[in-house]
Amino acid sequence: MTATAPVATAPATRGPMLMLDDVHTYYGHIHALQGVSIEVEQGEVVTLIGANGAGKTTTLKTISGLLHPREGRVLFEGSDISRTAAHHLVRTGIGHAPEGRRIFSRLSVEENLQMGAFTRNQKEIGPELERVMTLFPRLRERVNQQGGTLSGGEQQMLAIARALMSRPRLLLLDEPSLGLSPILVQQIFSIIREINEQGTTILLVEQNAQQALNVAHRAYVLQTGHVVLAGSAADVASNESVRKAYLGED
Amino acid sequence: MTAIATPASPASRRRPAWFLPVVSLGGVAAYYLLLRFVFGIGEGTALQQVANALSTGAIYALVALGYTMVYGIIELINFAHGDVFMVGAFVSLFFLVQVLGNTGLTAPITNLPVLLLLIGAALLVTMPLIGLLNVGIERFFYRPLRNAPRLAPLITAIGVSFILQNIALVIAGSGDESSPQIFPIRDWRLSIGEITIPYLSLFVFALAMVLMVLLQTFVGRTRLGRAMRSTAQDREAAALMGVDLNQTIALTFLLGGALAGAAGVVWGLTYGYVRSDLGFNAGLKAFTSAVLGGIGNITGAVLGGFIIGFVEVFATTLGQTRWSQFVVFVVLALVLVFRPAGILGQQVGERA
Ligand SMILES: Nc1ncnc2c1ncn2[C@@H]1O[C@H](COP(=O)(O)OP(=O)(O)OP(=O)(O)O)[C@@H](O)[C@H]1O
Ligand SMILES: [Mg+2]
Repeated sequence: MTATAPVATAPATRGPMLMLDDVHTYYGHIHALQGVSIEVEQGEVVTLIGANGAGKTTTLKTISGLLHPREGRVLFEGSDISRTAAHHLVRTGIGHAPEGRRIFSRLSVEENLQMGAFTRNQKEIGPELERVMTLFPRLRERVNQQGGTLSGGEQQMLAIARALMSRPRLLLLDEPSLGLSPILVQQIFSIIREINEQGTTILLVEQNAQQALNVAHRAYVLQTGHVVLAGSAADVASNESVRKAYLGED
Repeated sequence: MTAIATPASPASRRRPAWFLPVVSLGGVAAYYLLLRFVFGIGEGTALQQVANALSTGAIYALVALGYTMVYGIIELINFAHGDVFMVGAFVSLFFLVQVLGNTGLTAPITNLPVLLLLIGAALLVTMPLIGLLNVGIERFFYRPLRNAPRLAPLITAIGVSFILQNIALVIAGSGDESSPQIFPIRDWRLSIGEITIPYLSLFVFALAMVLMVLLQTFVGRTRLGRAMRSTAQDREAAALMGVDLNQTIALTFLLGGALAGAAGVVWGLTYGYVRSDLGFNAGLKAFTSAVLGGIGNITGAVLGGFIIGFVEVFATTLGQTRWSQFVVFVVLALVLVFRPAGILGQQVGERA
């Protein structure tokens, strides 16, 4: 029994940073997540892989508050955030770089980054701007350019950088390598590792399972709204059916 | 999605910053020359008409901004906005009548400090009040329909328009209610040789420009302004940044309402009357201005307002006051044939 455990102090050190407990999420009548349970420990990179339509994006949206589960709970640092609206969750430390980049195309690169730090005191975001521009030197060159005029790769960098501007403790990345050239994919993954080494916990959704399993500590495989496999990245990578389905081997 | 585009509109992005001011000045000059030499109108009258058009256009522009900002953020043609402007004109009227009644002052007021103080007070009362009225309308009539099919809030907006118009009808009757013209129109004139232009026109124009520059600065340069533009472009992404959608929409209605309130004050000073159907008449022209300029685009609304002002005054100058409405809509139709999204609006292909 853990009856002696102090309840109010340091929830982050007790149990996982993020926990999805039997989460069911719907779009109207469509039952997209059918009892998903996932845990992410502080400091980890966890990847979520699965075929198109498996529910990866839905899972991330359910965490960041764009969707709310009809059943089950989402716990972040010990508190129930299942019903918390997205615009509050940024303030509690969750950053989400959504599928399809979703940068503000008619705002400049700098304004996009300022929007990323919307919840923070605007006078104190200088160091953060500096940090993300060091991570993504390309953005520094393009700082006054309209977001919509960036190349696909640059937009992806901007989307990640923007999510970092809120200084999240947990970063949700939805297919950050989609549509990028092999060199850029390499670059994005090494930046993901770097962000993690700087102390940010990451939940990564990827089509590029090979790369994702390389960078991640642990992995979950999602299939039609269910977790069908979970384990260390190495174990998942060596799983027979994963190799066939997601790593392109037969 | 159409954005509250301000300095970042695609049309203005491709052009240097001096483009619009220079073209506008050129347009005004061309208008003057047209009156003078093509229609043979005397120097004095032509200049007066230009001044008249500038102040008329300024009023339409102020009201048009409310249409365009609301459309930019929730894609609703807020048909009640013209009536919100009408309520603003009535609030200003009642306020001024009260003050004059209680202080024994009579219009026009020739003491400049007192005059400015009184106009300032009318603005300070009317702008927040009308802003809040607009916020209330959104809160109670449009927000519950946020996720309903598009037609529902549109019909509701028409309903709100009728409600406001009928409340005004009950309170003020159907005729012209005269509004104290505290700004001396006949006596205070700028004379250039033989020509005189009422200072009121210049005052109205300057006041509107100040308000519009403030709005541009707010939307273009502040944190909340960025939040408005972000929400207009992608509300889900904006929410992920921490932007509260309800607050941002309320802010948009507040600003649009406040500008309509200012337009209401200025309307009373300029025309000296208010009617319950003002929202339908002048409001419709302001709406036309917003569409003409490219609805959703702030610069476009201002441009559209002035164009409509000039066209209307032009028709009046030629002695065709009865046709001014007709001419305004012919111009609108012509522009929309060639640029369906309005002068500065994003053409469909440009939308992100
Ligand atoms: N807005 C929506 N309305 C209705 N159904 C939806 C909606 N979004 C997603 N779905 C459905 O929910 C299921 C999960 O979708 P989700 O976007 O989470 O998949 P995914 O794993 O991210 O796929 P992909 O790899 O293609 O991005 C799919 O069957 C999809 O059709
Ligand atoms: Mg997806």
